[in-house]
Formats: sequence, structure tokens, C-alpha cells
Amino acid sequence: MYGKFWGAAALGLALASAGWAEEQAELIGDVNAGAEVFEYCMGCHEVGQGAENGIGPHLNGIFGRTAGTIEGFKYSKGLIREGRLGMTWQLENLDAYLENPKALVSDTRMSFDGLEEPKERADVLAYLRQFSDNPQNIPEAAPTARKHEVELPPEILAIVGDPEYGEYLSTECTTCHQTDGEYDGIPAIIAWAEDDFVVAMHAYKRKIRPHPVMQMMAGRLSDEEIAALAAYFGGLE
Amino acid sequence: MKLNRRAFIGTGAAAAAALSAPHVRAASHGKPRVVVIGGGAGGATAARYIAKDSKGEIDVTLIEPTRMYYTCFFSNLYIGGFRELSSIGHSYGKLASDYGINVVHDWATGVDRDAKTVTLAGGAVLPYDRLILSPGIDFVDGAVPGWDVTAQNKMPHAYKAGSQSELLKAQLEAMPEGGTFAMIAPPNPYRCPPGPYERVSMVAHLLKAKNPTAKILIVDPKPKFSKQGLFEDGWNRHYGGMIERIGPDFGGDKVSVDPDAMTVTIDGAVEKVDVCNVIPAMKAGRICEIAGINEGNWAPVSGHTMQSRVDENIHVLGDATNQGDMPKSGFSANSQAKVAAMAVRGALTGSKVFPAKFSNTCWSLIDTDDGVKVGATYEATDEKIAKVDGFISQVGEDAELRQRTYEESVGWYAGITSDMFG
Repeated sequence: MYGKFWGAAALGLALASAGWAEEQAELIGDVNAGAEVFEYCMGCHEVGQGAENGIGPHLNGIFGRTAGTIEGFKYSKGLIREGRLGMTWQLENLDAYLENPKALVSDTRMSFDGLEEPKERADVLAYLRQFSDNPQNIPEAAPTARKHEVELPPEILAIVGDPEYGEYLSTECTTCHQTDGEYDGIPAIIAWAEDDFVVAMHAYKRKIRPHPVMQMMAGRLSDEEIAALAAYFGGLE
Repeated sequence: MKLNRRAFIGTGAAAAAALSAPHVRAASHGKPRVVVIGGGAGGATAARYIAKDSKGEIDVTLIEPTRMYYTCFFSNLYIGGFRELSSIGHSYGKLASDYGINVVHDWATGVDRDAKTVTLAGGAVLPYDRLILSPGIDFVDGAVPGWDVTAQNKMPHAYKAGSQSELLKAQLEAMPEGGTFAMIAPPNPYRCPPGPYERVSMVAHLLKAKNPTAKILIVDPKPKFSKQGLFEDGWNRHYGGMIERIGPDFGGDKVSVDPDAMTVTIDGAVEKVDVCNVIPAMKAGRICEIAGINEGNWAPVSGHTMQSRVDENIHVLGDATNQGDMPKSGFSANSQAKVAAMAVRGALTGSKVFPAKFSNTCWSLIDTDDGVKVGATYEATDEKIAKVDGFISQVGEDAELRQRTYEESVGWYAGITSDMFG
């Protein structure tokens, strides 16, 4: 049955070892190095046996969990929103979140600048991965192979947006998103770092972020148009 | 000049009209002049964007008869008890004070396309370089036999928000126990395709709480309607047995009313009703007919610029247009206004013009925290505004997503009204 979904090699791997979950975790990064990276997180987050919510929610079972859903923890509106829209934590979006929390969830309360180094993110995710089981252990579930939320080639991030064009394009956004930064049920999008804006829009364009209106709006924007919007909104205060 | 303008806005309609002609001529000396007729989602947005983006290079006058504008969108939520009427009322103060727009509260009664002037009911004659018509809809005479606008107090349409919405809500609240509310739904095309069915949902919500044995009867000339599956699923879940719809297969297209007797006659069968909401067939707001730019009931436009196909100095927005694939909605009008504003600025001041893009999303509320939506993106082709991509809410979505969709619509309302009125 596994073979229906996976190649023979994956099938072999799945059957080869009782410690399969560990092996998958190893594929993500170095668990021991990740334990050290996790020291950045420990001020707010607990993980492992007996872990409880602190300043941040505990991280047991984070893989495969719907965002913003641990009972008894008071989440930001942003995480609750993403959860309602169906975002579950997977390797891709956890990686993006750790790289820059506000680029993925603009109004998260997690005040963490992000881990710039891909290896550090991989390692800490490998470490956290040990404390989650389903669905990542199941071959039919989302693949555990390492993947970025959106792998943007440097040339896309390097595009210099034309703010005048961005201002025109922005008129499509401002029917819903208020330019004074008010939040009334639809997030504010002004004054974002341009790279964050670009990554977020490409994540919608590729349907990695779940919102159907945003997938549709971003879906027809070219790389240049996304850069133009990022330049325009980035300049608003 | 600023002082004049403020004083001018503060005066009564008659005085305003008397002053407006000389004022506009003097103020616009040497500047290109844009006159916008209609201060709704299309007109207010266009006036604001032209004034804002031209940074004083274009003189903008907005003609709107009402001082307090009630949005049609969300007026159903007022009927259902989810909004106060005051929360959907907007004044034009900011457009005047923050954007320098000449806001004139008067009716436009004439358009001279050769002289390029607009005449107001108060007698003023306003010259324009570009005219933007965004008058919304009027009703087709005789569309529902037995009904005309003189009967609108007995059988309200409530399809222009404000006092009509208040009247309908008051009638519903005063309805006898176990009474019947009838809606005569309009044929295509009409303003806000899901609007009548969202209204039925809101009426049902109101009656379920206050008058649970009441009945709702929809008399519909159309075989199918917008978001039908979503509405019917919602009606079953929330208002089981309360709502009956008679489509054209059972005579829904052969209806007449008697407002004095409070009866509705469907294919010869007379029904006594307690409250009757007549939403007749629609046509472009009358000023389009007066300007002579209609073909049939609507004003055809080019999607590239929203220019009338009859007169290139006139742009038409929103419900009044025949443009192609976009539904007649406030969101569409707002989207079209931005394309028109860019085209008008480009023509009058040489500013950059980019390819037209349009979008629309229509949210509807079925019951408390049960919101649905449908939307699409569009582009201009030489023939029409053509749909590119779209989506619609699904039957069976979980309650949290539906709640989130409703909350999103509240956010959209705040967004679009600040986009229109500043």
C-alpha cells in the first residue's frame, strides 16, 4: 500500500528500521546540534515529557498540529487566523516561521528575530521533530524531506520594485486592507520589510499559504509586480 | 479659495446649486475639470483617487443628492439585526476637507455631451473635461405589474439603502404572528447577485427569533441564483421549513402584486401576504439614459479605461455599466473606479497608465457567524472585462472557517468604506 504513494526506495526505508521516525528526523538535520539551538527558544517554550505552556505554547506534537490550537494558551489573532484557515505546522512552514516569524504570520506575538542560518533551523527542527509523531511518521502524509516554504531564487529577491507601479497595483489590495494599518478582521500590510512581503506573496502564489482570496490575488501577480507592491507598502507608515 | 469651498459645502442644497457654477469655473481656471455623478462605491472612490493622486492638478466635483450615504452592502445585516443603520451611513466631509473635492449635494438632471456640461436640478451648469457617471440602478417601469415607485411605502424594494431599509425592517418587526413575508426577486442582471438571498437569510434570522411560525415566500423569475447551493444548505441548517421558493417552473416568472390589497398573484393564484419586498428588474441610473449613452438598459464601456463606448469623454462605473463578466457589486464598482481614475489622470495630466486589473469578492451572511463568499479576478480584453480566476465557499466547511469568513467581511467593510470616503 505504501508503494502506491512512495517509490520502492522509500518503501525499503520505511520497512528497514524500527527507528524509522528517528531516521526521518535525522534527514531534517542534526538532532544534537538542534538541542543546542533550542536554547534560544527555552526562555519561552518547553518541549518533552511534562512540557507546559509558558510565555509561548509547549511544542510537543507541533508537527501536524493546526496552528493556534493548544487549549489554554492565549494566541495572537494572527496564529488563530492561520489555524482557522487550515494552516497546520509542517516542516516547510515551520522552517519559514523560524527564519522570520512575521513574514509568515504578520501579526504573531512571537518576538523572535529569526534564525538566519538554514542549518540551525534544520537542526532545531530535527530536535523538535523527536517530540512529534503523527502525521509526519506516516508515509502517506506530507513528505518529511527538507523543503523551504518557498525557495525563492536570489534573483527574485533582488528585483527592485517600482513603487509607482506598486501604488497602482495596491489599489486592488486597499479595498480590503486599510492603508492606515487598522485591523478590523483583515490584517494590516503596511511597513513590512520588503523581503518578508515578497516571500509571503510568493507563498500565496504557490498556494502554500491557505487563504483562497489571497491565493487568487497573488496567483496573477508577476515577480516584478510582487516586488513593486513590496516597495510601495514597505514605504507606508 | 479653501474657505469658500468649506462654506460652500456647509450651505443648503439650493444655495449650493446657485453658487456652484461660478465657483467651479473660477476654481478650475486652467486646471482640467472632472465631474463625478454619484457618490457610491464607484463615484466616491473615483473622485477620491483622482483628487488624491493628481495632487491638486485636477479639479474634482462630486455630485451626490444625499448628504448621508447608506451603503447597500451590509444593509441586509441591518435588517437581520447585525448592524445599526448608523454604522452603514457615511458622510462626504473627508472627501471635501482632506482631498479638496467639491462635494455638491444636488441632482444631476442633464448632460450636454457636445458642450461638455452637466446641469443640476438647482440650475447650475458645470463644465467638464471628463465626466464620470456612477449612478447605480433604477427600476424598469412595469417590471412587476401592479407595482411602481409610488407603492414603495406599502411594498418596499429596500434595494437602495436608508429609509427603505428602515421601512422594511419595521414592517417585518410588526408582522402578525405566523404571517407571510414575500419577496419578488429580480431577473438578471441586477445589483448584488447574492443580495436577495442574503436578505432572505437575514429576514429568516429576524423572524426565527421574533416570530418563529412566520413563513417566507420567494417568488423568483430565475431558474437558479448566486451561491444557490450555499444558501439552500444554510437555510436547511438554520431555518428548516421556513423558506419556500417558487421558481419559473411553478410560475415564479408570472407574478403581479396589489399593494393596496397586500396580495401577490403567481401564475393566476392569489396569495395574501403580510410584508412584501418587491425587487423589480433594473436598469442603469437614469442619468445614463439622459446622457444618451445606454444600449438597452445599460451603458456599454471599454474594460481598458471604463470609457463609454458611445462617448470617450464619459467614463461609466459600477452597476450602470454593461462591461462583461463582473457582477454588479460595490466591490466591482470600487475596483472599476481605480482603473477609470488612472485612465482619467493619464488623459488629463499625462500620468503613467498601467494595464487594467479588476477583482471582486462578495461575502454573504446566512446566520450568526455563518459567512460565505465568492470572488474572482478579471482583466480587460478589447471585447469586455473577462474573468481570469475565481473561487467560492464550499458546502460543509467547518464552523470556524465560516466565522472567519464573516469576520473577514466585517474587515472588508471597514476597508472599502475607508477606500471610498477617506
